[in-house]
Amino acid sequence: MPRKKKDVESQESGQSEAVEQVETPKEAPQEAAPVDAVPEVKQLDKTQFSRERMESIQHYVYKQVSSVVFGVLSPKMIKKMASAKIVTPELYDKEGYPVDGGLMDVRLGVIDPGLRCKTCGSKLKECIGHFGYIELARPVIHVKFARIIHLLLRATCKECSRLMIHPDKWGKAKSHLEKIEREEGPEARRIAVKALIEGGRLGGKCPHCKAKQVKVSIEKPTTFMEADRRISPIEVRARLEKIPDEDIELWGLNPKTARPEWMVMTILAIPPVTVRPSITLETGERSEDDLTHKLGDIVRINQRLFENINAGAPEIIIEDLWDLLQYHVTTFFDNSIAQLPPARHRSGQPLKTITERIKSKEGRIRHNLAGKRTNFCARTVISPDPMIAIDEVGVPKVIAMKLTVPETVNEWNMAYLKKFVQNGPTAYPGSNYVVRPDGKKKRITEETKEATIEELQPGYVVERHLMDGDIAIFNRQPSLHRMSMMCHKVRVLPGRTLRLNPAVCNPYNADFDGDEMNLHIPQTEESRAEAEILMEVQTQLISPRYGLSVIGCIQDAISGNYLLSKVKEMPIERACALLAAVGVTDFSRITGKKKVSGKDVFSALIPQDFDYQGQSRTGEPVVIKKGQLVEGTIDTKAIGGEGEGLLLRNLHKQYGPERTIKMLHQIFRLGIEHLFHSGFSTGIADEDLPSEAREQIDQLLRQAEEDVAQMIALFQKGELEVFPGRTMRETLELKILERLNKARNGCGQIIKGFVNDENQAAVMILSGARGSILSLIQMSACVGQQAMRGKRIEKGYRGRTLSCFKDGDLSPEARGFIMHSFKQGINPKEFFFQAITGRDALMDTALRTPKSGYLYRRLANAMQDLKVEYDGTVRDASGRIIQFSYGEDGVDVARSESGKINVKRIVDGEE
Amino acid sequence: MHKDLEEFQEKLPLKLLDEIEALAPASKLKKVAKKVLEEYEAARIDAGEAVGLISAESIGEPGTQMTLNTFHYAGVAEMNVTMGLPRIIEILDGRKSISTPSMEIFLKSPYNKGEKIREAALQIKETKLGDVVSEYGMNIVDLKIELKFSAERIKELGLTPAAIGKVIEKPLASDAQVKVEGDGLTLRLKEKEEGRGLNALYRLKEKCKEVYVSGIKGVRQVLPVKRKDEYLIITFGSNLKKLFELDFVDTTRTTTNDIHEISEVLGVEAARQAIIDEVFRVIETQGLDVDIRHIMLVADTMTASGEIKGITRYGVVSEKASVLARASFETPIKHVINAALKGEVDTLNSVVENVMLNQTVPVGTGLPSLVSKKEK
Repeated sequence: MPRKKKDVESQESGQSEAVEQVETPKEAPQEAAPVDAVPEVKQLDKTQFSRERMESIQHYVYKQVSSVVFGVLSPKMIKKMASAKIVTPELYDKEGYPVDGGLMDVRLGVIDPGLRCKTCGSKLKECIGHFGYIELARPVIHVKFARIIHLLLRATCKECSRLMIHPDKWGKAKSHLEKIEREEGPEARRIAVKALIEGGRLGGKCPHCKAKQVKVSIEKPTTFMEADRRISPIEVRARLEKIPDEDIELWGLNPKTARPEWMVMTILAIPPVTVRPSITLETGERSEDDLTHKLGDIVRINQRLFENINAGAPEIIIEDLWDLLQYHVTTFFDNSIAQLPPARHRSGQPLKTITERIKSKEGRIRHNLAGKRTNFCARTVISPDPMIAIDEVGVPKVIAMKLTVPETVNEWNMAYLKKFVQNGPTAYPGSNYVVRPDGKKKRITEETKEATIEELQPGYVVERHLMDGDIAIFNRQPSLHRMSMMCHKVRVLPGRTLRLNPAVCNPYNADFDGDEMNLHIPQTEESRAEAEILMEVQTQLISPRYGLSVIGCIQDAISGNYLLSKVKEMPIERACALLAAVGVTDFSRITGKKKVSGKDVFSALIPQDFDYQGQSRTGEPVVIKKGQLVEGTIDTKAIGGEGEGLLLRNLHKQYGPERTIKMLHQIFRLGIEHLFHSGFSTGIADEDLPSEAREQIDQLLRQAEEDVAQMIALFQKGELEVFPGRTMRETLELKILERLNKARNGCGQIIKGFVNDENQAAVMILSGARGSILSLIQMSACVGQQAMRGKRIEKGYRGRTLSCFKDGDLSPEARGFIMHSFKQGINPKEFFFQAITGRDALMDTALRTPKSGYLYRRLANAMQDLKVEYDGTVRDASGRIIQFSYGEDGVDVARSESGKINVKRIVDGEE
Repeated sequence: MHKDLEEFQEKLPLKLLDEIEALAPASKLKKVAKKVLEEYEAARIDAGEAVGLISAESIGEPGTQMTLNTFHYAGVAEMNVTMGLPRIIEILDGRKSISTPSMEIFLKSPYNKGEKIREAALQIKETKLGDVVSEYGMNIVDLKIELKFSAERIKELGLTPAAIGKVIEKPLASDAQVKVEGDGLTLRLKEKEEGRGLNALYRLKEKCKEVYVSGIKGVRQVLPVKRKDEYLIITFGSNLKKLFELDFVDTTRTTTNDIHEISEVLGVEAARQAIIDEVFRVIETQGLDVDIRHIMLVADTMTASGEIKGITRYGVVSEKASVLARASFETPIKHVINAALKGEVDTLNSVVENVMLNQTVPVGTGLPSLVSKKEK
């Protein structure tokens, strides 16, 4: 609700330094309480719409805030907007009722249920609260403006309070200062004024009245000194008062919104109680807000100061009390000032006052204003379900019975909606609430069910349970890109987890090791329509980051299709069973054939007018002609996600998102289904090597070791050939690294020669489903060199890595080369080296995440309001042109083929 | 350009037209161009699209996958240059001094064929007095230092003791008197304080080692490299302005990775291109895929004001017109106070302010509104 937000702002920032005005388009701008829908509707009464008709419209017509004005509150303004003068530090009387003129005065708004606000007459939650004020016995400096006051005092004459710039230089100074402000901001301008004055100083005399000047210094946070004499806030205020408006303007303030004397407060605005609500503990005790505590201190000291002044107490006592008042007012605004001890609770924990409320990530602006909480959402653990469609989300029944969709009753759906009310909140599909046209919400219970059904008529809203096909927005944090929040169709399922098709794991970056995800149910027609059109899974197939598919087959689906496309022949029954399981009912494409191959089965899913030419991971051609896979095997390059899967992208280009997502689902299912039939599993035996391979590998590693030993010997003799620009030591390191890497890659070649499709670990690797040849090498042949920052491990002891090696030992073994494989088992030294790099990798991740997160936040903040205008230019919020044409050609990456228009394909198509 | 393509000149980007002309047979130019136009129109970006945020996402998201502390290690003869996430942060911050400044110097013929490349390199490398002196003779009695030069090094650099003396005279003027004596120089200490001469003499010895003699200031290391069939020089340390004064340098291709320097010497447009190239190179070497358009947009926001502004609260963000947008980024209190002093008005034109007030944001579907005629 806009009005809630508004009052929070105006109370908090307004108290300290800014007034916010709600400029309503029609009425006077200064309406304290923002008006909600009802009077707005009434204003339209004279138009052709009848009042009845307008009132029957359920949607509120909100007023639009067109601008927010910032300014410093003047004492006059504070009095004007206040509805109570606060005189006593007491909060409640014996009965627990708020004291008149106390800080919890009912004229400042209500926080207790049952009470009515004395200012506006409304109840809790309706009344947004009203300001009050305290008359301060002596003026007090506002900390946040102390710096400004200091600069102003130094820039103006102590006698005549004119800005000490000679009248003749006025014009020149003005243009100079304005230029500085434009280029470097208001703070730079204030500094620049100082330079002008110091430069044009007439021997320390004012150019206007020729009075001799004394340097004013500031003793932080709020004390001003002239030579060794303290200037009291009264005097400060008097001087500031005398500065003429023109001088202030030249100096760089807007005298209409910020007269300098307002920065020395004679009156303190008291924020409404709704800003500082007290909480009642279980014991019945009241616990007041930090702000109330602070205000209590201020009022108490203020009272004492008044009494002492009236009683004619000695100056010292008054000064002391005055300083104390200054301290309390200062900490009321900011309790984390370096020079002041923070005000604390009795428990010793510092109070959270206005500044602390606003700033930082947990502050009002970033926590409550730039990000908000929502209703109608759910969060639980996710689990995979390849049986539901890619654009569906499985919602557990328990959740479906808590989340609701509002449906407005009309003549035609009355009977339909009555059924939901009849079922009530306990039976599915039922409903939880009914909303009357006047906005009253009524809970449906077993008892009230019948009465509610009777009452139901057009205009009522039934909040019915979530059902299959409803629109939901699904999200996983961190929401790094727009594919982290997509629109799915609800599918209500038994169980207790949210289900999603494994094909969409990539965009969400989800796995099922305990990940949780969030589900949001949009509540209005507009939001549902927008979610469906802009956010649905099929619209997000192509990533705007690189113009390739992000959603594709993963893991078993890839290895399944890979194996299937290699099957030479299978019984026709089996082929039909496969297709039937996938949801194909038309078998005409395979029945005519004598021999059915895996390729034929796969082809049955591809449209018959589709042509494709691509490559498999091994570089062999993959050809589809007229919807028939003629050559090659299917792997990640064709159907994978995340920037691979060219086949998918071409399907998308030719048939659109709708059909692609269906085909993708079928292809996905086909892969899994094939594995169901043929069986697929990997085990430790997959890492077994034949003895001849083992021998070859051992030979290779031994050879590498000998070579390295030779290099080291050469180095020690000083005969090693040096690379240009390197020392001999560096050259040695580079050569050793190269040699050892060569050895490990050699292992890879040997292994490749011995694996085949019988080896299921190899199938996963070759099809690109999971793992890499490197991981197979590490498991079965040799783990290899452990590198830190691109070098062999050299840290540890002086001249050696572990105490079991000799000083200066450069051999592979002593510098982190792991000769064994994971399956053979690694020895303690090797284990230690692996632990080193493992720890380094963990550190790297831990340090990188916040760094890149901050970079991202800055980028997003700087660029969030850039948009493409109707003329094709990219502009920022103030209309400044950033690019004349987006990306120099105006092409949307998500609609292009990897950021390009494929001219070659078009030309080829023409031939 | 082929006459068949002329009618498409206004409608298609030049790059596409060139591609069409290169790929399609002349007879089918028109037909192909028409089809390309069709696809091009379909691929056009929609008005109102929040391209800024998409670009931010596209660079921010792979940021989490980039490695920290990576040093470029491709090839043996390359220099170690900061890469990876730290480099990206460095560029986007618009930092004035970068951690590993480096130039890639292309040379004019015949230097680029490898002839006299060593001499060229030596001319570029900054030489300090300490590099050419072979012997320091401390004369404690007279409080002077006698410098003997390494004849070989001087010859290589084409210097004479007299010339060196002239160069170092000024920077040492406050401490010593320089005099040429035969093959060497004598530095006579100017005594400021009585009795502390010995100390000052030793300090002078250390100080004079660091005095600039010849070459380009700031270039600490040079490395001639052969790339394809051309020789070029890679340096550690960067000073484009001074380098361009040398006549054997091919100024059209020589670059540095210091973006501010490019901006100063070659202008913002060049700096913009440098940002794009540098960021793209880092992303590429990390094996990530980000479309060039996103990087372009970032580079354009950084340079749109005519000078390089970092993506920081002092740079791009401080330029925003909206108080609330600035306040929502960093240091909210400061922004609100300054706004109050100036009596600023926030007209709620951008995204965050409207999010704060629960109003529709002026991008995408929030952009269009209905206009109706007022009844009289």
